[in-house]
Amino acid sequence: MSYGSTIKVPFGPQHPALKEPEHFLFKIDGDIIVNVKPRIGYNHRGIEKAFERRTYIQNIYLAERICGICSDAHTTCYVQAIEDLLGVEAPPRARYIRVIVAELERIHSHSLWLGIAAHEIGFDTLFMHLWRDREAVMDILELISGNRVHYAMNTIGGVRRDIVSETIPKVIGSLDFLEKRTKYYMKVLRSEPTVLKRTVDIGVLKPEDAVELCAVGPTLRASGVKNDVRRDDPYAAYDEIPFNIVTDDGCDVFSRILVRCGEILESINMIRYALDHMPSGMLRVRVPMVVKPGEAVSRVEAPRGELIHYVKSNGSTRPERYKVRSPTLANIPALCKMLIGQHVADIPIILAGIDPCFACMDRLVFVDVKTNKKKALDFESFRKIVRKRHELL
Amino acid sequence: MRLETFKPSHSSIKRETSKFLVKADEQPMNLLKWARIKSPWILHFNTGGCNGCDIELLAAFTPRFDVERFGILLQGSPRHADILAVTGPVTLQVRERLVRIYEQMPEPKYVLAVGSCACSGAPFKDCYNVVGGVDKVLPVDVYVPGCPPKPEAIIDGIVKLIQKIEGEEAYEKGR
Repeated sequence: MSYGSTIKVPFGPQHPALKEPEHFLFKIDGDIIVNVKPRIGYNHRGIEKAFERRTYIQNIYLAERICGICSDAHTTCYVQAIEDLLGVEAPPRARYIRVIVAELERIHSHSLWLGIAAHEIGFDTLFMHLWRDREAVMDILELISGNRVHYAMNTIGGVRRDIVSETIPKVIGSLDFLEKRTKYYMKVLRSEPTVLKRTVDIGVLKPEDAVELCAVGPTLRASGVKNDVRRDDPYAAYDEIPFNIVTDDGCDVFSRILVRCGEILESINMIRYALDHMPSGMLRVRVPMVVKPGEAVSRVEAPRGELIHYVKSNGSTRPERYKVRSPTLANIPALCKMLIGQHVADIPIILAGIDPCFACMDRLVFVDVKTNKKKALDFESFRKIVRKRHELL
Repeated sequence: MRLETFKPSHSSIKRETSKFLVKADEQPMNLLKWARIKSPWILHFNTGGCNGCDIELLAAFTPRFDVERFGILLQGSPRHADILAVTGPVTLQVRERLVRIYEQMPEPKYVLAVGSCACSGAPFKDCYNVVGGVDKVLPVDVYVPGCPPKPEAIIDGIVKLIQKIEGEEAYEKGR
C-alpha cells in the first residue's frame, strides 16, 4: 500500500542498533523503505596517511588497530604485502600458525556476529548464550597470543609466538565444546519460530545483484556464489588444508546466519587439521628494515570477506603510499539494495546482516566536483584542508 | 556555534553538578543519590575506535563478566543514561555529535573513557582527522587504559566511578 508521500527517517550516528557512528537516511512510504542514503565517514581517522609516517615495523602495530574484530586479518594482509615486496616467504610453521589464529578469529567474529544478530531481532537470551560460549574461543586466543583482541601474532617474515605442544590439548578441548554448542545453536536457529519469522525472506540479495554490486564474504556466499580468497588465491597454508566453502541459496538474512554457522564448523575442522599437521621448524626469517622500491597487493579472506591491502615503497624505511579496501566498504552498495522494499522494523537486522565494521571502512578521497578529477594529497595538505573545514586553523 | 559555547573544564562542570548534590538532611534527594549509586545506566558511544574496546565493553555485560549483577545496564538512549562510556579517539566528524549526546544526558552525568585511544588518542593522536582523547572534548571522570582493556578492567573502572560518586556524597555530608 502506498501513501503517495514519503518521509525521511534519519538513523544514526548514535543508534542502539549501530555499535559504531554511521548515518543512514531512509526515505519511507508508510512502512516501506523506498530509498536509502548512507553517509559514511564518521569513523575516518586518516589511517592510510598515518601508515606513511611510520616505519614498516611500527605499521604492524597500526595495521592491527584498523579493526579490533578482524585485527589478525589486517596484519596478515599487511605483512604479506611487505613480504611480497621483500621477496621473502614465511617459514612453513609460521604459515600454519597464521591459519590457526585466522580461523580462531573467524570463529570469534562469527559467534560475535550471531550474538549481535540475535540481539537485533530482540532475542536477547540467545545473544547472552552465544556470547557466553564465545568466551571459550577468546580463552584460546588469550592462551596462544596473550591478548583477547589484538593478538600481535604476525610480523614481517613470520610469526612472533609459537603454539607450544602443552596448549594443544586445551585448544582441542575448547574446540570440541564449541563444535557441540554451534551444532546445538544451528538446531535452535533452524527450528525457532522467533528467528525464522524475523529473518526468512528479509533483506533478499539475488545472486546476480550480489555479483554486480561486488558483495564479498559471507554476504556473497549466502547468495549462493562460491567465492573465497582462501580457495581462489591461497595464502598462508590454505593450499595445504582441506576445507569446504559454505554457501546457501536462501539469499536472505537467515541464509547469512546459516553460512556463518557453517563457517564456524569448517574453521573448527581446519584448526584441528592444522594442529595435527603443523610442521616443525623456525617461526620467522630475519628481514631488512629497508624495503626496495616497488608495489604489492595482498588479499586475505577476513571474517567479513575479501580484504585488500596495497603498498607502494620508494626504497626507504617507510611506505610511500598505503591503501586499505575493507570488506564492509564493498558490501555497502549491496546493503542499500537489500534495504529497499523492506519494512522499517527490519532495518537493524538487515544492517547487521552484512556484519558491518565501519572502523575498517572509512576512507577518504578528494574529488573535484566540477572536473570530476580525483586528487592525490600528502599528509600536510590533508591536515590543512580538514582543519580548515572544521575551523581549527 | 554549539562548540564555542561549550567549555569543557572540570571545574565548571563540578560547579554545575554541585547544585544537584545532596545535603544530608534532604530526604528525597538522598533517595535519588541512592538510586544512582545502586544502578547506573551506561550509554556506549564509539567515537571512531577500532571496535576492540566496543566488543570488550559489550563482553562485560554478558554472562562471563556480567556487570548487570551490579544493576548496571547498557542503554540505547542518552536521555536515560547516567554514564557515558566512550571508546576510540574522537574524530573531527564525530566531535560535535559527542557533545550533543553529552548535552542530552540528564544531570548529573559521568564520563568513562574506555581504552587507550579514548584516554589519549594513542596511535591515532597525530592523524589529521583526530582531535585526540575524549578529555579534549568532555570532562572525563575515569580513565580505563589498555588496548583494549579487558572486561575485568572495564568493570574495575565502573566500580571506581561508583566509588567516586559515593565519595562526592561523603564529601557533601562532611561539609
